[in-house]
Amino acid sequence: MTFNRRRFLQGTAATTAAGMFGSNAWAEDPINVASIHDLSGGLDIYGKPMVDALTLAVEEANAAGGLLGRQIKLINYDTQSNMQLYTQFAQQAALKDKVAVVHGGITSASREVIRPVLDRFKTLYFYNTQYEGGVCDRNQFDTGVTPAQTVEKLVPYAMKKWGKKVYVIAADYNYGQITSQWVKKYVTENGGEVPSIDFFPLDVTNFGPTISKIQAAKPDFVWSALVGGAHISFYRQWAAAGMRKSIPMASTTFAVGNEHIVLSPDECNGMLICYNYFQDLKNKTNEAFVAAFHKRFGADYPNITELAMGTYQGFRLWAEAVKKAASIDRIKVIEALETGISIDAPSGKVTIDPPTHHCVLDVHIAEVNDKKLKVLEDFPQQKPSDTAAVCNLIKNPNDNQQYVIKI
Amino acid sequence: MDLIALLAIQVLYAIASLALISVGLAIIFGMMRVINLAHGEFLMLGGYAAIVATSHGISIWIAILVVAPVVVGLIGVIVELTIIRFLYGRMIDTMLATWGLSLFLVGLTTAIFGNTTVGISAPLGSFQIGAYRTSGYTLFVIAVAALVLAGIFAVLRWTRLGLIARGTMQNANMAAALGVNPPRVYAVTFGIGAALSGLAGAVLAPVSGVFPTIGVAYVAKSFITVIGGGAAILSGTASAAALFGTINQIATFATTPVFGEVALLATAIVLIRLLPQGITGRYFRRGL
Repeated sequence: MTFNRRRFLQGTAATTAAGMFGSNAWAEDPINVASIHDLSGGLDIYGKPMVDALTLAVEEANAAGGLLGRQIKLINYDTQSNMQLYTQFAQQAALKDKVAVVHGGITSASREVIRPVLDRFKTLYFYNTQYEGGVCDRNQFDTGVTPAQTVEKLVPYAMKKWGKKVYVIAADYNYGQITSQWVKKYVTENGGEVPSIDFFPLDVTNFGPTISKIQAAKPDFVWSALVGGAHISFYRQWAAAGMRKSIPMASTTFAVGNEHIVLSPDECNGMLICYNYFQDLKNKTNEAFVAAFHKRFGADYPNITELAMGTYQGFRLWAEAVKKAASIDRIKVIEALETGISIDAPSGKVTIDPPTHHCVLDVHIAEVNDKKLKVLEDFPQQKPSDTAAVCNLIKNPNDNQQYVIKI
Repeated sequence: MDLIALLAIQVLYAIASLALISVGLAIIFGMMRVINLAHGEFLMLGGYAAIVATSHGISIWIAILVVAPVVVGLIGVIVELTIIRFLYGRMIDTMLATWGLSLFLVGLTTAIFGNTTVGISAPLGSFQIGAYRTSGYTLFVIAVAALVLAGIFAVLRWTRLGLIARGTMQNANMAAALGVNPPRVYAVTFGIGAALSGLAGAVLAPVSGVFPTIGVAYVAKSFITVIGGGAAILSGTASAAALFGTINQIATFATTPVFGEVALLATAIVLIRLLPQGITGRYFRRGL
């Protein structure tokens, strides 16, 4: 953070004013909010922007007077891309720091690690990552997009553009396993075929044999659900083998970790993706948000990611519910969220879908183009219909599981 | 047909990368009986040396082929002079010391470069084999491995340095009696082993990217190759790399990368059970 005279004067003026008028904001203890994200290790490409967005959201809320007259204290836990630390920090957040809400978890594996912990210790949980869908748990809210919102749109778009034979490569854990099944379902429904789905552990870096295999299968395009820093080498090796120009690629994960900036344009131009948020979205709220973000973290900030926006919107939804409930009590806040709370967010209108605890929101298809993401088509107000088909928390509030697609 | 050619290149590449990541370890283990658990970190440092040099405007070829081996070689000599020197003949102690060194190097690089993946694009573009395309860099890796193995053979077989090294390896006391200074031979050999590890790490950096803990991914495979190869540095490494690389790559192509790794490890277990002294314990016994 740059510290200049103006900021210093603002800060001291606010403090002095608060002291003089004995404002309520300082009279009570702050509200603790936990952030449990990977800030180092292979997943830090996702975690850092998420924590930055959360930091900004909390600072904005505090500048506007806090919540219920209390300031918000953000407690950051760095899980270092290590699953054991998720358990440990989730317990610490719930029991020691007694937080009002936990925002966190990046991979679906990490979510399934902390979800039962936070259920047991009755701590409200927001999972803000785009993921494979199907989690049905009254204690949890999911602000990220799911396959019915993105894969369902991108599959027909890419098939119309490139052809019907789709080769799927995915990370080898629940996210990749389940998402690849969704891809297969939508490809089949659109009259295409999936010759093979290949899975890769997160630390695999040699993709040579797979690239040969893909060439032998001669697909019309490749679908990537690869995750993390090590898997970036797939795109490098793919381009180095000269494949980028002959077989195009679509992805449910690319650019979420700013891969399009880490890689050279020559290694990833033309790839198709589909998310809720892109930094270049044209609307007033987003322009104001991007300006505030750049003011806070520097104008050279590489790119505000889908996951960062999910986290920002997750916090805003929670804050809105706290205002409505006039309490930070877990059940009261859940009930407030279940009224179908809505915010006008940088990505457009975002509304909680009460039966699923997921979100109704806008999605967009975009293309990677010279380190930028060029929006090609918009799909307003998409419902989480995948989770809605299996989950109704209004009817069955005690349901607590992740439904998995069956083909 | 062209698919077979492509597969053959992939198999050669797997053999070459196994041989490259193992040969530095084989020299250090074969010559001095030091089990260098920091071997993976030498590879990692080589990768960082190449990437840092490239980002400072040095040509990528010089960064990989000169800067990385020189930097890691020097680090190797320093490590030998300050740590290893005092531990010859104490195998368990060298394991402990080099393991500590490994943790230290991981911590140090994390502090300097952060725990993130960095990489450089592979140069050389791609080429066509029938209906298939593959990366030109693959051929470069194969060529480097072949040259490294040929170079080691030439040095050991035909130079005075090689003769002294082999003599010291066979019987250090006799070599000393004949006027050789074993500590100096050890320091130089350790440095050369480290330099070759640095070279391997740099050569593989554009393929896999580099992060502080990448050594872990390498070190197990290098040890398996060296142990599987047995006592002879060169023929052992080459034959074990050829066996494991072929099996790993064909299994990966036929199934998935997970089973490829499983096949490699299963082969290694069976091999060690049948040939406890490694391949060169029974075959190529007169090899280098």
